[in-house]
Amino acid sequence: MGKKSLISITDFTKDEILRIMEIAAEFERDLAGGGVASRGLLQGRVISTLFFEPSTRTRLSFESAINRLGARVIGFSDVANTSVSKGETLHDTISVISNYCDMIVMRHTLEGAARYASEVARVPVVNAGDGANQHPSQTLLDLYSIKKTQGRLDGLKVMMVGDLKYGRTVHSLLEALSHFDTEFVFVSPSELRMPVEYRTLLDKKGLKYSELTELDGHLDDIDILYMTRIQKERFNDPMEYERVKNTYVLHAAMLSGSRETMKILHPLPRVGEIAADVDDSPHAYYFSQVENGVYARMAIICYLLDVKK
Amino acid sequence: MAAQEKIMEVQMIENGTVIDHIPPAALFKIITIMGLDRDTEHRMTIGTNLESKRLGTKAIIKINDRYPSPHEIDRIALFAPDARVNTIRDFAVVEKRRVEVPARIEGFVRCANPMCVTNHQPIETAFEVVSGASGEIALRCRYCEKLTSQKRMELKK
Ligand SMILES: [Zn+2]
Repeated sequence: MGKKSLISITDFTKDEILRIMEIAAEFERDLAGGGVASRGLLQGRVISTLFFEPSTRTRLSFESAINRLGARVIGFSDVANTSVSKGETLHDTISVISNYCDMIVMRHTLEGAARYASEVARVPVVNAGDGANQHPSQTLLDLYSIKKTQGRLDGLKVMMVGDLKYGRTVHSLLEALSHFDTEFVFVSPSELRMPVEYRTLLDKKGLKYSELTELDGHLDDIDILYMTRIQKERFNDPMEYERVKNTYVLHAAMLSGSRETMKILHPLPRVGEIAADVDDSPHAYYFSQVENGVYARMAIICYLLDVKK
Repeated sequence: MAAQEKIMEVQMIENGTVIDHIPPAALFKIITIMGLDRDTEHRMTIGTNLESKRLGTKAIIKINDRYPSPHEIDRIALFAPDARVNTIRDFAVVEKRRVEVPARIEGFVRCANPMCVTNHQPIETAFEVVSGASGEIALRCRYCEKLTSQKRMELKK
């Protein structure tokens, strides 16, 4: 395998996605037993985490994955005191740092920065978020969470709720799930509905979807409820935001008729779209989802470096 | 009338090119693409807001002893997909050619996404040409993956 990067979820085929799921499950089993097999896998390797835009949560998840694989981490968690703040081009920063390491994990405010870095770098690049564009490791951990809780990826009914127009996590998850026999239900204010290009993709693949403007009363036959934030800034009319915001808040009482196996996912942080009384429900999975991020990221790193257990 | 117009179009060109059926809104972009604004050598006539059966109004460029390269024609096609490029020799049209929109475009067009890395770093833009809304073309940026619609296409400074 030549140098392979992960910039967008569409860089991976269905087989590659399934392979990541398998490797992640192996790591989860190994870590449950103490992580002995994982620990030596990347001994002697160096991985850079370059966070041009700070994101403590994502960085720690990657660094935890790297450490559990036995590799060393170098990098920065923000650009203050680096040559970037002195005006160095992205080209030069990436060229220099790719001499120091075996892989680059990067997050950047500018969209397309990771794709560009992957063209410049001599080592694989993992995109840990480029502005509002892509965040493929989030998608793979979402998918892993779905597979783990449902036991399969085919034949599921997935409801996506919130800002479906600008939400990059729902777009990438839709693209990944479109490899499988998935039925979608989109719940959003009409101003923030799923863009036409994604609906066209589902039409082309012959996958069923429906669109709703309210959440309550539609949860009984859902397998996965994927909640996202609705941001006030996304509305042209602030009055409209005030009018609709409570329509997309999930309360425990709304879950009474749900399937026993139904799980609620959220990319976090939440800002009120899931009421606190949902946290104790057996359907709440958003905190366990975070743990899956480490397994998914260990799998991504080993797959791209072509390291096998 | 049609015949007379035809004569008007070509009468002043002995050898050269007539680019016809340009949407008036695209004229100045094509002038920039071909560098006609800095051309002090070739005799040329540029007309705009002329009557056109197909477009309503159109612009036309007639230029002596100048033949656009395939590269220039690719770029013209992006802004004027219905343009005709006619080659003139000895006052006669010897070749009438439709332009063809290329599958890929590198450089010269700006990505319309203000947060795109190509608008902040010294990076050459690259796009895949895809079909956009209502039969128009659109450009998908290789980097930020966003679409730039035909209406929002601007030349890179
Ligand atoms: Zn772009």
